[in-house]
Amino acid sequence: MLNAGDTAWVLISAALVMLMTPGLAFFYGGMVRAKSVLNMLMMNFIALAVVGVLWTLYGFTMAFGNDIGGGLLGGFDFAGLSNISGDLAGFATAATDTAPEVAWPGADALPLFAFVMFQLMFAIITPALISGAIADRAKFWGWTLFVAVWVTVVYFPVAHWVFSFDGFIGADSVGGWIANRLKALDFAGGTAVHINAGAAGLALAIVLGKRKGWPKGTGRPHNVPFVLLGTALLWFGWYGFNAGSSLAANDLAAVAFTNTTVATAAAILGWLIVEQIKVGKPTTLGAASGAVAGLVAITPAAGFVSPLGAIAIGLVAGALCVLAIGLKFRFGFDDSLDVVGVHLVGGLVGTLLIGFFGTTSVNSLGVDGLFYGGGLGQLGKQALAAAAVLGYSFVLTFVIGWVIKKLGGFRVSAEDEVSGIDEAQHAESAYDFTGSGGGLGQPNSLPVKSSTGTVATKLEESKA
Amino acid sequence: MKLITAIVKPFTLDDVRSALEQLGVLGMTVSEVQGYGRQKGHTEVYRGAEYSVDFVAKLRVEVVTDDSNVEKVLDAITTAAHTGKIGDGKIWVTPVETVIRVRTGERGSDAL
Repeated sequence: MLNAGDTAWVLISAALVMLMTPGLAFFYGGMVRAKSVLNMLMMNFIALAVVGVLWTLYGFTMAFGNDIGGGLLGGFDFAGLSNISGDLAGFATAATDTAPEVAWPGADALPLFAFVMFQLMFAIITPALISGAIADRAKFWGWTLFVAVWVTVVYFPVAHWVFSFDGFIGADSVGGWIANRLKALDFAGGTAVHINAGAAGLALAIVLGKRKGWPKGTGRPHNVPFVLLGTALLWFGWYGFNAGSSLAANDLAAVAFTNTTVATAAAILGWLIVEQIKVGKPTTLGAASGAVAGLVAITPAAGFVSPLGAIAIGLVAGALCVLAIGLKFRFGFDDSLDVVGVHLVGGLVGTLLIGFFGTTSVNSLGVDGLFYGGGLGQLGKQALAAAAVLGYSFVLTFVIGWVIKKLGGFRVSAEDEVSGIDEAQHAESAYDFTGSGGGLGQPNSLPVKSSTGTVATKLEESKA
Repeated sequence: MKLITAIVKPFTLDDVRSALEQLGVLGMTVSEVQGYGRQKGHTEVYRGAEYSVDFVAKLRVEVVTDDSNVEKVLDAITTAAHTGKIGDGKIWVTPVETVIRVRTGERGSDAL
């Protein structure tokens, strides 16, 4: 029967994960120059709008509808969120008295709609993560089109592979191949979200090309406090992401909450120590980046490892990601805000380390990794799942990006890039730098009646 | 009359101002400026990538004074802005044709 505590926790978790996307916008927005911060915020914010609608029309059913073959894609039985009523079937095993409790809610614990909304927020933040790889240079509508196509052909199917379990939505429902055939473990989205977005970021950074002046002349972050503020919002929201993924207010949620916290703490230390050795100073941007690297890495493992395992994963992630962000300079791709170095590498670290640190003492639905008497088998499964998602996402993203670019819809002109994408794409500027309030924003920008009788602005005239 | 322009380290402003007040200097203009002399800029590091900041933040203090006061004003600023380290700044003196107080139309020393 419906469990009020579980339902409340999952609804709150959905709201927490929703907050991550604006948080991400500030995390990224602080790292770009003042002339392109609004565009960066908008690239993230638009994901809420586009994916929110598509999820309702066909996204949820492509991800969680009954499998149409091979565990590759969900069918269209829930298109338009029709036929969604009643409660999530959950796992029968949840009814057993295994201790600590298993990963999933007891039968009929949650309204199906709560699950629909919780999963929507994951579908929103995943394309938003990609935006950091192509900061400062994408046409807004081109990016919006990309988000719509990308979630349709990449995210929704991959979410089906990883998140859709047999017998979960309904008693006889059939899910995706990674979750049910391969049986790779991904608690909250190391493969489906982070490796997926990281591989897509790499492909898109290559397709769109470098910014003018990269690597020397692309400016320093314009607002590091924004970056730390965004990190704090991400961390806060990530409790919904990870602890919420237990889909129940239970032991496992508390374990995932704990692991999320300590892995992030360890990752900050890992990043700062390596940075101190390499650069000679512990930076604020480094602390923020380390925190996100830790959050990314613990995502797939949050419900499968002990707190000590989580600390190890966090330390490895922080130390490896700070080294990985140098790769773009070596290979010459302008992954502007290090989506590859943080999300792809962090996601790989967490996904693979489950093969070492996984333990059934935390979760009876998990496995024992190499350090807990398990064999190499799980590590192989984790690697295969990671490679499958990485390869699929990279290739499809490359094709989608290439087509949109060829149609002339993706890259802004060099002139707009240099003068500022905010003004060119949105006719706005983030900050008024004129202390006296002069410049833009004087009377001729007030809304006026145009000759056709509609309200318009004279911005165009003021520019002439 | 002379215009005395001093480029000083920002944190010395309070000392410079009180030293000039004690001399009876009744007004000044202060602006935030950037530049470099012997003291070069610095390097910032963001995610391992180095950015050189070529210009150093300084304050420009401008005072117009009677010829008779110039030496005293110069001494006062030099003392107040001195730390002995590289980057303490520069002071220069330029002749001023005249000064007008906008409110009253007074000219010359009366307008100071």
